Amino acid sequence: MVEKFDAIVIGAGPSGNAAAYTLAKQGLNVLQLERGEYPGAKNVQGGIMYAAELEKIIPDFREDCPTERHIIEQRIWLLGDDNYIGTNYRSDAFNSDKPNRYTIIRANIDKWFSEKIREAGGLQICETTVTELIRDASGKVIGVRTDREGGEIHADVVIMADGVNALLARRTGFQQELAPQNVALAVKEILFIDPELIQQRFGLKDEEGVVIEIMGKVTKGMVGTAFLYTNKESLTIGIGCLISDFKEGAIPPYKMLEDLKNHPVIKPLIEGAEMKEYAAHMIPEGGYKAVPQLFGDGWMVVGDAAHFNNAAHREGSNLAMASGRMAAETVIELKQAGKPFNAANLAAYKKKLDDSFIMKDLKKYRNLPGIMHENKQFFGAYPDTLTAAAHSWFTVDSVDKKTKEKEIMKSFVKKRSIMGLVGDAIKLVRAVR
Amino acid sequence: MSIVVKIEEKLYQNRYIVDESRPHIQIRNDAVCKSCESQACTVCCPAACYTKNETGSVTLATDGCLECGTCRVVCQDKENIQWDYPRGGYGISYKFG
Repeated sequence: MVEKFDAIVIGAGPSGNAAAYTLAKQGLNVLQLERGEYPGAKNVQGGIMYAAELEKIIPDFREDCPTERHIIEQRIWLLGDDNYIGTNYRSDAFNSDKPNRYTIIRANIDKWFSEKIREAGGLQICETTVTELIRDASGKVIGVRTDREGGEIHADVVIMADGVNALLARRTGFQQELAPQNVALAVKEILFIDPELIQQRFGLKDEEGVVIEIMGKVTKGMVGTAFLYTNKESLTIGIGCLISDFKEGAIPPYKMLEDLKNHPVIKPLIEGAEMKEYAAHMIPEGGYKAVPQLFGDGWMVVGDAAHFNNAAHREGSNLAMASGRMAAETVIELKQAGKPFNAANLAAYKKKLDDSFIMKDLKKYRNLPGIMHENKQFFGAYPDTLTAAAHSWFTVDSVDKKTKEKEIMKSFVKKRSIMGLVGDAIKLVRAVR
Repeated sequence: MSIVVKIEEKLYQNRYIVDESRPHIQIRNDAVCKSCESQACTVCCPAACYTKNETGSVTLATDGCLECGTCRVVCQDKENIQWDYPRGGYGISYKFG
């Protein structure tokens, strides 16, 4: 006989874990399937974890969650060829009892979260790839088929938390293939280093952390960003650009990463560190307009698989956890009301998303991905002119300040023209308003 | 200054559980690669699994694959890449992620 569960969750990343935990905690009979050797084996994140959404799911997570450093300083750097111009915000107020942001090592968090799911009574099976959704004659999803022998399992509802590739939804016809301009490819390395060196180089004590978000010449004019994060005993460094740009740019991603590591501003920060892993992952960056159908008869899709990622604010895992929780809460409410898991009833999940920061934020920035894609000057011309301006301004020589101002202004106009500059300003304001 | 990158040295640090002789990604039709002007897979793949070969086509070796999906996205117009996940438990196994 085919085994049947209240719910099947596919994938053990932040969205799947949030869903599985919420369901198990309410006593539902939940099965979570993960294709990796262990939870986290297939997952990649920068990574910064925002506390608020995890706190909603596991209020006392700080007691044993294996976070790395809490972030007391955020730097945003625009890199030129051999320089940077940037802004830093550091506050001792971030040293609170309940910090808001942590750097994390993803595999550690996923293992910890999975343990919580098992403690709550959820059944988790690893090393199992779901190969297809099983649908009845009416098209309703009634279960999944896996690559294990006799691997057919049924459930009232299937929650797809299978990540950015979302193969199941695409194969079933629920989603189109990702457009190259709507998805970034990021590569990163973890570099192990003496914690004392981290503290010295970044001016930190104990478990304080710094994160640096980077734009500029390192993405070679492509739409993309880079980052450098401090963990307890390691640094993570990465860079990502839109796949449409990689496709045209003829620069391999690992070459771009290597150039970043050798940039004169970055190199001294990572000097002497030992690389222990190289990872690559796609990031859904199409925003609001790229969000697919989110529910149907017997199914919902959450996290990266639902394209929930706020590229402008570098938020992803919090949208993932929130959407996983909302999908689970929808299941719980329908179950309690004794209602069927059809599309009409599962629309309640979409309503929750619409009423939350997830869809509100994505909607706010709905035009940003298109504007960035079509206006490469933000990634090429501007970093150059800005750093050159700073260089001129901070070089004390015999040129009078008024002449310097004129020269700087001229350099901007030369690159973009007055109308170009005004137009870019309007575009940016429109995109983020 | 041009920096030479040895992708093998990066991939060497990773843990893989290789599913011998069962590649999870396959090139559907060699002729399509031959006539492909961009052969974008050879540039975009972060593990350099795709290389241009002496016949002008593309050779695929999936052992170092990071399962990101980029090749499938760049080849979607030609639909010449059959992309699956490896069998459960196989493939890249991130220690840190």
